[in-house]
Amino acid sequence: MASTSGAEVSIRDLSKSFTLGGRPLQVLRTLNLDIRAGECLVIVGASGSGKTTLLRILAGLEAADNGGVAIDGKPVDGVGAERAVIFQEPRLLPWLTVLGNVAFGLEVRGIPRRQAEERARFYIALVGLAEFADAWPRQLSGGMAQRVGIARALTVQPEILLLDEPLGALDAMTKIGMQEELARIWSEENVTMVMVTHDLEEAIYLADRVLILPKEKGGAARLVDVDLPRPRDRSESRFVSYRQELLREFGLH
Amino acid sequence: MSLQHIEEPVILGDGRLGTDILRLARAASVRLLSRYGILIAFLALWQVSSSAGWVNAAVLPPIDMIVAALWKGLAGGTLLGDIAISLQRSGIAFVAAVVVAIPLGLFMGQVRSVETALDPILQVFRQTSALALYPVFILLLGLGEASKVFVIFWATLFPLLLNTISGVKEVDPKLLEMARVYGATRLTVFRRVVLPGAVPSIFVGLRLSATTALLLLIASEMIGANKGIGFQVMNAQYNFQIPLMFAAIVILAGLGLIANQALVSLQRRLCRWSQPIN
Repeated sequence: MASTSGAEVSIRDLSKSFTLGGRPLQVLRTLNLDIRAGECLVIVGASGSGKTTLLRILAGLEAADNGGVAIDGKPVDGVGAERAVIFQEPRLLPWLTVLGNVAFGLEVRGIPRRQAEERARFYIALVGLAEFADAWPRQLSGGMAQRVGIARALTVQPEILLLDEPLGALDAMTKIGMQEELARIWSEENVTMVMVTHDLEEAIYLADRVLILPKEKGGAARLVDVDLPRPRDRSESRFVSYRQELLREFGLH
Repeated sequence: MSLQHIEEPVILGDGRLGTDILRLARAASVRLLSRYGILIAFLALWQVSSSAGWVNAAVLPPIDMIVAALWKGLAGGTLLGDIAISLQRSGIAFVAAVVVAIPLGLFMGQVRSVETALDPILQVFRQTSALALYPVFILLLGLGEASKVFVIFWATLFPLLLNTISGVKEVDPKLLEMARVYGATRLTVFRRVVLPGAVPSIFVGLRLSATTALLLLIASEMIGANKGIGFQVMNAQYNFQIPLMFAAIVILAGLGLIANQALVSLQRRLCRWSQPIN
């Protein structure tokens, strides 16, 4: 049930600022970037660098001040069926079972319930929760709930999967398991994946390219190609040197 | 990876059925006693102090006399008519409050400008005691059924309305955003996210309103009525039929318990997803 090969995204002269305490705060400055179809791009940056804002603009939840985003050549205006978002919190509807939550995205789009649930079951199994299809969200652990959120996003078979620190709230052990799971899902589903994280190891483990957003005024965004075979080995020397390279970017080493 | 186990399983042993049944019976009686022990003790104390003459039995008649009066009133049919008319008054008012308050509350909770415009007058109405307004309603609607139903309606309207509004407003905006990301229309967001999210709060309002309905029922029946449980309480007292008065009070308490239990069961059925109530 693999979807299409993913869409490409072009970001042109993108700027965004907020007003904070009466003062304008520029978070994105004329950003230009092409995201390739089917690639996994991971965005890192210090807090306040605008990484979540960038993701929300890609999702269509926020509008840019200047410039814009196009997906396969079509300008983005608001949310769209070719995109799905995985948030930091699972955001499950507590009154729906796991099955109901995963089918929600399809049902909202007018797919008949039987059909929606059939496809939902496939993705529930894909994230390893087949036995829990009839459980209520309150019965799930944090990691399980986030998997349900992931399955819900996959069920609508998006061409672009946007992930906003999806593993940020999980404990270290669960997190590593989920990173492996995301890597597997990405390779199986052939979807363009754009993910925000503050975990550099996670970025190197998953990314084809890492986008580093500058914090200071006038700084430029930087792209790092992660040229490592998959599945990746965190203890390998080249993995470690990528990690050091990224740390240097943040002035830490 | 935790599925909650709400009830502990009862494991029956092998072959020693007799002792098992004894143990289960003991466990059941302990549970019964820990829940109803104080209520039973209260009734026993009442019965003993009244029949032993510690208190004036004419004012606090023993339990068995109250039960006898209750039975006579129910079997003889005199109290049945009162129950019917009281249920009709509070029922019509309660249903009217539900029909008005829930749709209005859902609307007000969704549309900020409407809520802003209506909130001050609602606060004033809510803080004005319905009992104080009862004479006004009598002037406007006469001393008949209309003013009684209306005063109950008035008092039950506000708890339900305000709880519905806050239920809608307190729906997690993150869930609304999630629904939006999947392309949900406003109507779908309302139907699939706002409404189910507001249900627990609406039930809080329904239970408060049911209690208020019975409270106002009695008050309204004490003025200018010739039938109804509230009337019966007053009337029995005038005629010094004290056991009958208590029988009417017992019926009232019973109606309150039944109404609350019915709403709790309905909520359990509708909200199987949420934590068990109480």
